[in-house]
Amino acid sequence: MSNPLRIPRWSPYAVGAGIGVLSWATFYFMDKALGASTSMVNAAGAIVGVVSPEHAKSNEYLAAHIVGKPVFDWQMALVVMMGFGALLAAVLGRSRRVERVPSIWAFRFGPSRAVRYTGAFIGGAVLLFGARMAGGCTSGHGISGGLQLALSSWVFIVAMFAAGIGAAHLLYTRKAV
Amino acid sequence: MFDTPFFAPTSILLQGAVVGLIFGFLLQKGGVTRFNTIVGQFLLRDHTVLKIMLTAMIVGGAGVYAMLQLGAIEALHVKSAQLLANGLGGLIFGVGMATLGYCPGSAVAAIGDGSRDAIPGVLGMVFGAGVYAAAFPWIKAHILPVGDMGKVTLSTTTGLSPWWFVIGLAVLGAAGFYMLERWESRGASGGSRPAGGGVARTA
Repeated sequence: MSNPLRIPRWSPYAVGAGIGVLSWATFYFMDKALGASTSMVNAAGAIVGVVSPEHAKSNEYLAAHIVGKPVFDWQMALVVMMGFGALLAAVLGRSRRVERVPSIWAFRFGPSRAVRYTGAFIGGAVLLFGARMAGGCTSGHGISGGLQLALSSWVFIVAMFAAGIGAAHLLYTRKAV
Repeated sequence: MFDTPFFAPTSILLQGAVVGLIFGFLLQKGGVTRFNTIVGQFLLRDHTVLKIMLTAMIVGGAGVYAMLQLGAIEALHVKSAQLLANGLGGLIFGVGMATLGYCPGSAVAAIGDGSRDAIPGVLGMVFGAGVYAAAFPWIKAHILPVGDMGKVTLSTTTGLSPWWFVIGLAVLGAAGFYMLERWESRGASGGSRPAGGGVARTA
């Protein structure tokens, strides 16, 4: 009767335990740790590499990601399939919903899609710049690094929450003017 | 891409694909493919993100350190501690994540879940990666070397067994979550909580 795959929302503890067990599998079977943000560098490198190969090869950081190694690698396959995994979960749970301007955003910045999409683009750019400086994101540092007790990751996690809490309160707690 | 094929071997891609499918599935079931859940965490209204992350770390850490001790795996994948870069990068990341409302993995999952604003978010990420690459020479010279301690963990830095930290996290987490659940079920604090927040485990 109650097939768990049909339940729209799972307990966060069950989800967290599932991700923990998934990391056992990546370490044991694949000798890898969950991560996501490196793939965004590979994607940027591939675009620059197509437009201007010389430029891509001469940039030390991009070259380290795209010269002598495949662009579409284990993590890129993982990241792309995350979209399909979420789609599958949403369809099974009948919880898929198109959302363009989330309510917390609209409360402060209004219902404009253009404003929201511009904000999302800028937020994405800032976030990934920070992730690459720090050496990882919520997956690579937050989950994989945190569970390995990496000092780098725990510094990142504390800084991320501190800045996120501060920024969210500044951004979203006053009503739109 | 240069000097190699564009794609990694199929077996490697299949492994990544299976992991990604499960990871994305779990994130959607956890509700972190929604802006309001992520920003709700930073606004301290909805603690889903914290519950998922900390549980994943406790369960994952116990298994990975047990496998390491039993010789089932040979090595960890610890990233270098470069304290200024980790801290400053984390601060920048937090500001960006509060603005975007997704992190890199959950943004891609959010696209699958119908959150259209995650699409410009991911495009912004690719742009941000390019900007970082352009700034890399300066960052490498001025930021990365500050507080560079190599691939250390809380265990190797302090000389304590990793189990102190794993068990400590589990105990702290269990006690913290117990109190949090009691507080959440008692309060629900007058509708300040965004729709869809909180723990829904019934059906």
